[in-house]
Amino acid sequence: MNTRLDPVRAAGTPAQGAAAARGRAGAAAVVAPRSPLAATLRRVASLVVVHAVLLTGAAFVLLPFLWMLVTSIKPPDEIFTATLRLWPHHFNAVDNYRHALTSAPLLRFALNGLIVCAGILCVQLLTAIPCAYALAKLRFPGRRALFVLTLLALAIPVQVPALPLYIAIAKVGFLNTYLSMMFPFFLSVFAIFLLRQFFKGFPDDIIHAARLDGMGELEIVWRIVTPSAVPAIAAFAVFSFVAHWNDLYWPLIVISDANLAPPPLGMMFFADAETGSNYGALTAAATILTAPLVIAFLVARRQFIAGITMTGVK
Amino acid sequence: MTTLAEETLAQKAARRRLRLEKLTGIGFATPATLLLVTVCLAPLAVLVLMSFTDYDLGNLDFKFVGLANFTKALHDPVFRRSLWNTLLYVAIVLPLGVGLALLVAILVHGRKRTRGFYEVAYFLPVTSTLIAMATVWTFLLHPKLGPINALLGVVGIAPRAFLSDPSLALPTLAMIGIWHLVGFNMVLFLAGLTAIPKDLYEAAEIDGCANPVDRFLTITWPMLGPTLMFVIVTSSITAFKVFDTVAVMTHGGPMGSSEVLLYSIYLEGFQYFHSAYAAALTVVFLAFILVFSVIQTFTLDRRVHYG
Repeated sequence: MNTRLDPVRAAGTPAQGAAAARGRAGAAAVVAPRSPLAATLRRVASLVVVHAVLLTGAAFVLLPFLWMLVTSIKPPDEIFTATLRLWPHHFNAVDNYRHALTSAPLLRFALNGLIVCAGILCVQLLTAIPCAYALAKLRFPGRRALFVLTLLALAIPVQVPALPLYIAIAKVGFLNTYLSMMFPFFLSVFAIFLLRQFFKGFPDDIIHAARLDGMGELEIVWRIVTPSAVPAIAAFAVFSFVAHWNDLYWPLIVISDANLAPPPLGMMFFADAETGSNYGALTAAATILTAPLVIAFLVARRQFIAGITMTGVK
Repeated sequence: MTTLAEETLAQKAARRRLRLEKLTGIGFATPATLLLVTVCLAPLAVLVLMSFTDYDLGNLDFKFVGLANFTKALHDPVFRRSLWNTLLYVAIVLPLGVGLALLVAILVHGRKRTRGFYEVAYFLPVTSTLIAMATVWTFLLHPKLGPINALLGVVGIAPRAFLSDPSLALPTLAMIGIWHLVGFNMVLFLAGLTAIPKDLYEAAEIDGCANPVDRFLTITWPMLGPTLMFVIVTSSITAFKVFDTVAVMTHGGPMGSSEVLLYSIYLEGFQYFHSAYAAALTVVFLAFILVFSVIQTFTLDRRVHYG
């Protein structure tokens, strides 16, 4: 699929590279023709430079992950003395992980994250799919106004309505509940926008045919149109899950009960409680709470990248 | 006579269908519309109104005070510092977060067998829980225990207290922001690069545009324009919303050197319960976001193609 001619890529196979070099030498007649050997050397050199740059960057990016893993299996004395040693002399993984798991309800945090993310996603899809279908395929009064409002809401991050929502939730006495954590996210204007675009491309003929067959609109939405949008829905699901699993701002506001904390807030409680000294246990906790999403990412790389980059509105 | 009757019958049926369509449309849109009003539009209206009052959470009544909250903000050293710090943070994260991502994307785009590895490596921070990784970063940057200072020691540089030195705290957080952002932007750029037709490069080759720098300037750069615009806008918004690392790693310190806008809003609104004042600060925050978002709305169509 990559046939673009640049020195970096053309180095993929020697024959290709040489051919490209000849082509280039022929095209740019001003430049003195180079011998194939010199061209190959140049290519190898540029390849080395490219990989050196990319590997240096990758090392910087991966350093925290690597250090998190090795620190989580080190005993305290090695953490305090051998700061640059990667592999520990003695393993302390069992102690670190046991300490992390017993002194903070880490699995409970993960479960809370799962409950909140799943609840949010369900309501988001249940409300967004019919609305998106109506915006895409049905004529009804107020359709344009609703679409404009959707676009407007797309620009407003949750930190903006947070204050009035917090006051309302506090007045009703719903602070420290799963519902309070999920409520502001029940509506995803982004899902409406995305699915509307998707549904617009759905053939009208099929919908007309289904109507003639006596299918109700609800049946058409859930049994015919929605299944066609599965890729978009899957990508959105990843986006929604990652965004809310990692969200700190809103849970920090409405949750003070550690038993209800989602992973980021739980990690914050744990780090505060450990007063920052027990790095073996801290990194073990970080590993446990980071693992679910990272493993899911490694398993379903394409869907993850598509889902997360669908929008810059994180 | 009969045809006329049939026509009116057909018209009637059509009208009934239209009415049905109207009702269905309204019915389908109602749940989402109600939610839109409760979680977004109504709170937004309340927020703006509240910013003109003297309401504190817990007060029984309030009165309108005009622009007093905004005037107060203008003279509030904490707010001024946090706004300045936020803009400074954006000014560091934006060029490096976009520039490095573009460089990495261009280099990765040329890879075949190793492309998958690099994609995973650079994208990993985006999927990881930033709060957990912030704890790890705190350890990495530790003046005595952290490997970064140990490494600096090896090359003969005295250890630095990255997070407790007022002149280093914000740039250090910005570096972590860049670390978290580069993979995301890289993927957007890769999508943009893949969309550039390959014949353009071949045509340029024939026209004597031989070296990689020329090709980059004549084809890649202009063709990547819309993607670049989009990445700049989303990166600005992301950087402007910096909160997590500040809340976990520095708490705005040392000496207010890493106080940022969202953190100030959080403290005023949810720790000190100065609701009206926090509302005014939020309105300022929203004004900045809207400026970015107006640009984003114009590049909205583009966004869907990335999916």
